[in-house]
Amino acid sequence: MALFKKTKKLELKMDEFLDTVSESGIIFREGIKHYLNRKVDRFENQIEKIRHLESRADRLRHSIEEQLYTETLIPESRGDVLALLETTDDVINQAKATLLEFSVETPMIPVAFHEELLHLTDHVVNAVDEMTKAIRAFLKDPKAVRNYTHKVYHYESEADRAAEHLKRSIFSNLDLQLSEKIHLRYFALHIDTIADRAEDVADRLGIYTIKRSI
Amino acid sequence: MLLLLYLSGGLFLGWSLGANDASNIFGTAVSTRMVKFRTAAIIAGIFLILGAVISGAGTSHTLGKLGSITMIAGAFMVALSAALTVFWMTKLSLPVSTSQAIVGAIIGWNLFAGMAIDYHTLSRIALTWVISPILAAVFAWLLYLMVNQLYRVVNIHLFRLDAYTRIGLILVGAFGAYSLGANNIANVVGVFVPVVPFTDISLLGITFNSAQQLFLLGSMAVAVGIFTYSKRVMLMVGKGVVKLNPQTALIVVLAQSLVLFLFASRGLEAWLSAQGLPTIPLVPLSSSQVVIGAVLGIGYAHGGKGIQYKALLKVASGWVSTPIIAAIITFLALFFLQNVFGQQVY
Repeated sequence: MALFKKTKKLELKMDEFLDTVSESGIIFREGIKHYLNRKVDRFENQIEKIRHLESRADRLRHSIEEQLYTETLIPESRGDVLALLETTDDVINQAKATLLEFSVETPMIPVAFHEELLHLTDHVVNAVDEMTKAIRAFLKDPKAVRNYTHKVYHYESEADRAAEHLKRSIFSNLDLQLSEKIHLRYFALHIDTIADRAEDVADRLGIYTIKRSI
Repeated sequence: MLLLLYLSGGLFLGWSLGANDASNIFGTAVSTRMVKFRTAAIIAGIFLILGAVISGAGTSHTLGKLGSITMIAGAFMVALSAALTVFWMTKLSLPVSTSQAIVGAIIGWNLFAGMAIDYHTLSRIALTWVISPILAAVFAWLLYLMVNQLYRVVNIHLFRLDAYTRIGLILVGAFGAYSLGANNIANVVGVFVPVVPFTDISLLGITFNSAQQLFLLGSMAVAVGIFTYSKRVMLMVGKGVVKLNPQTALIVVLAQSLVLFLFASRGLEAWLSAQGLPTIPLVPLSSSQVVIGAVLGIGYAHGGKGIQYKALLKVASGWVSTPIIAAIITFLALFFLQNVFGQQVY
């Protein structure tokens, strides 16, 4: 039936969009690692990849939005799904913007901070990963959403803690100029913001899941 | 032509039934944009006509037992008085139903004509009015629990659920329209059954008796009501006090349709009788009151929070006030028709 064909197409697009978001988290982590290891070519390659992913996510989002409106699908929860797509898109945008800042501003990061920075990155990427699982659950199995959103909250607070720890280490370092400290703090803040965006998505999912239960 | 003029009382009642009661079936589906109005109106029109012509005789027979009107002028005034009662009470925002108005109007005719009122039939009708919303509440409550259980076991993608719900709303809507036609056509033209001078017509090997031709005419008036006026009523459902989501609306419409069907099906009556079981009285019901019952059933399934008990009081007051008002109007109108226009009404 035509109606089921349309919905199947939409399901596939939504899956592809979430795959793109999830992949961008992995690329982000790889990018940070290459930057810290001073593998410039590989780092720039990751930037290209995340740019490509971000524009693919945009295209998919617009296509889903258009289909939802022109074919008046899920009229009751259409607004929720659109808001969810936009908030999720913010995550990938933030990841791309942060990697670009590394490329443009090339911050000098002493080796002493590498481990903490990678730790922070891991928590952020885990939060993004659990966020995409939570969205998939919202679409297919609303009962399972809480299982994933609580992990998003967990990794987000771990990321906050790791960012705070990193900032304290930066500002207690006697070898760095104040300008360098401020510059590094700015990067810790931006990486941590990705987890905050994932938390925004989890907040929305909590409400939408209640609305979805009949 | 004169016949059509006499029938106009019933046809007007039919038009207002279509304009108001189709929203009980497709209101949420249309107001939430799950089903286009055009699609809803076509399905409701077709299935309502089918329900009326195929299964409309049962409730008409019950109304006939309450009072078999002997003159067409009398039938005209009974139907017109019921229609005026509905129109006037709707204008005053009072709870009203065509079923209760027509029963009151028939009693008014009985009183005017000096006929004995069949209290046994009347009490069965009144009891059915009380039972039907309760039964709808029970059905809705059970269906809600079943659907919730199903949700727990089967994971349906949000987008696919949308497609299933649309198809469900159309199928259940068709069943609802059929049941509404079967149950409520008696209100529209039931009083004309004993007096209309139609002869049997054979078409494609199927014979349509005079009652069925009358039901066809009446249900066409209902269909016109659906096409011309029900859209605004349906859209108001979405802004009304009870706002349902499409999935809950599906349960409410199914519960309503089952109740309307149970109280209109001669087949079920015959089957129960053959099994030696007590039969269900075939009585025209108020679909709006049945819907209120179904919504309350969902409310109970939700833990009983937010139930407006005032709504129940409103329904109960309608059971009494509508027949009394309709009876008084009919009595006065028959007096007027007989003494001013010199028409024989009984």
